[in-house]
Amino acid sequence: MSQAAHTDAEQAAVQAPVKRSSRWKEWSGILKRDKRPLVGIVILLLFMLSAAFAPLLTPYNPSATQFTPLAAPSWHHWLGTTASGQDVWSQFLYGGRISLSVGFFAGFIATALAVILGMLPSYLGGWIDTTMATFTNIMLVIPGLPLLIVITAYVHQTGPVTIALVIGLTGWAWGARILRSQTLSLSRRDFVIASRLSGETQWRVLTGEILPNMLSLVVANLVFATIAAILAEASLEFLGLGNPSVVTWGTMLYWADTGQALLNGAWWWIVPPGLAIALVGLSLSLINFGVDQVSNPRLRLNKVKAARKPRKGAPS
Amino acid sequence: MRFILRRLGFLLLSLWAAATINFVLPRLMPGNPAILMIGRFKGQISPKALHALELQFGVTNTPLWSQYLTYLNHLVHGQWGLSLTYYPVPVSRIIAQSLPWTLGLVGVATVLSVFIGVMLGIFTAWHRGGKWDAILPTMSTFTAALPYFWLALILLYLLGYLWHWFPMAHAYSSTLTPAFTLPFISNMLYHAVLPALTIVISSIGGWLLGMRNNMVQTLGEDYVLFGEARGLKSNRLMFQYAARNAILPSMTGFAMAIGFVVGGALLTEVVFSYPGLGYQLLAAVQNEDYPLMQGLFLIIAFSVLVANFLVELLYGKLDPRTRGGASQ
Repeated sequence: MSQAAHTDAEQAAVQAPVKRSSRWKEWSGILKRDKRPLVGIVILLLFMLSAAFAPLLTPYNPSATQFTPLAAPSWHHWLGTTASGQDVWSQFLYGGRISLSVGFFAGFIATALAVILGMLPSYLGGWIDTTMATFTNIMLVIPGLPLLIVITAYVHQTGPVTIALVIGLTGWAWGARILRSQTLSLSRRDFVIASRLSGETQWRVLTGEILPNMLSLVVANLVFATIAAILAEASLEFLGLGNPSVVTWGTMLYWADTGQALLNGAWWWIVPPGLAIALVGLSLSLINFGVDQVSNPRLRLNKVKAARKPRKGAPS
Repeated sequence: MRFILRRLGFLLLSLWAAATINFVLPRLMPGNPAILMIGRFKGQISPKALHALELQFGVTNTPLWSQYLTYLNHLVHGQWGLSLTYYPVPVSRIIAQSLPWTLGLVGVATVLSVFIGVMLGIFTAWHRGGKWDAILPTMSTFTAALPYFWLALILLYLLGYLWHWFPMAHAYSSTLTPAFTLPFISNMLYHAVLPALTIVISSIGGWLLGMRNNMVQTLGEDYVLFGEARGLKSNRLMFQYAARNAILPSMTGFAMAIGFVVGGALLTEVVFSYPGLGYQLLAAVQNEDYPLMQGLFLIIAFSVLVANFLVELLYGKLDPRTRGGASQ
């Protein structure tokens, strides 16, 4: 028991400066104990900076077709060239711009919709809530990618903006469901009831009391929606449903596949864009480990528990 | 019983929603895209089929509600129109040919992935803080972020093209005719290894992570501690006490997971030219074969919805709390 008391004291000591003083301190406390979110932030920043400063990192135009086709990586072409003689490294940098923008833009739309469609009806209650919850559940179970394929097939000329809009408008269901149940549980708490009784308008209660208390869930949703959006965008473009003349990581893979990159052994054309998508996804998931610990303090105890375990005589 | 009825009601409602999406989408788009398609096929197909197309895609003067009723009526009676790519083969026959391939591939891969993922999740949670707990969850975070089609391409390159371990495309060798014979079945399985491996690797991470987190929570419960104090065997404690309860929340995520897996499987089929629904869907999209595309979308949505319904039933059987009915 003294063991448990000891760890509790430790826990209290760790959390004492956190309190409700400031979010920044809470964050830095989490980052101190768990390096994963930090690694995620670094990876993501690397990709964002290299995309932003693409002109400084490569002298070539990503669409220029002036080089020897299918050349292996060399000093002049760090990642080799494509079948039509484009520089893969510059395509990779410039492609990141659009892929990342589409991902974040679509993720943002999906999250904004999730907040509105999840919070508002559940707070209003009644038939609006029942209808909306059913609608959300239906959207949740209808498979996303086939729906996206069908929509983009009808909309001809799908540029990055259209793709981002379509992904954002179809990808809100999961977030709405989570935020709905959180709103339901929060709106029965005392502080919300108190503020309602003190005469706050419904709008104030929602934005001033309920929303700030589930901000970390909103951020977690933004992270996941962005991962899903980047993957969905790449999938659609890989299938040739995007605008193939726009350079993105997805269209790079489309051209690599139609250009028989693998049968020519041009791994340098296939590996970078896919790896970039996977690494960005990984970095966002790593960041989400940190966000999770803000929203669910129970997860923060993990390290303490893990340290306690061996002393208890770990079952093996 | 009420629980089953309610789930059945939701199944029917979502089936109807999927069918309605199919009806509404082409009519919603600015400048009905079907008009273009019909224009393209004028003269190539019989006037009767052309008229049917016009009816199907709303290029007609009949009011919307009567179009809708006709559409639903045709749908229920299995009249899904004629494919334009394979004119004049009915859409339903193409679906019947390609559905078994996708069902088999996704079914087997999902069962494998759930089983292995859950087992590894149990294992890492049991040895939490250990070496494997550091490696496996990090690895699954990475594999979960891998684009399906990219992983498929890489596996194809390494195991198919470079090392010649597995065939590079199709569901069976072109020299064989489909039959229930040992050579054909083994040939078929051999061709299915790479696509299935792609799906398993990409989807296993989610199951592992979910199961690990639930299991860590369950292992912290008092009844597990009590069981341990009573001197129960590790295996009994791990599976009968902890895992049995920890697996329940994993199943609620199934709805979204299966949607992702099916989407990924469609892409995988495209990479491996596997003759399933995804391969046909891409062909339909490329040829602007809207009747086939609609039919394929419907059957994919229907399969996912039915799979979800079955899992919900199973979940209700395993967890009595969900059968309650009062709360959502």
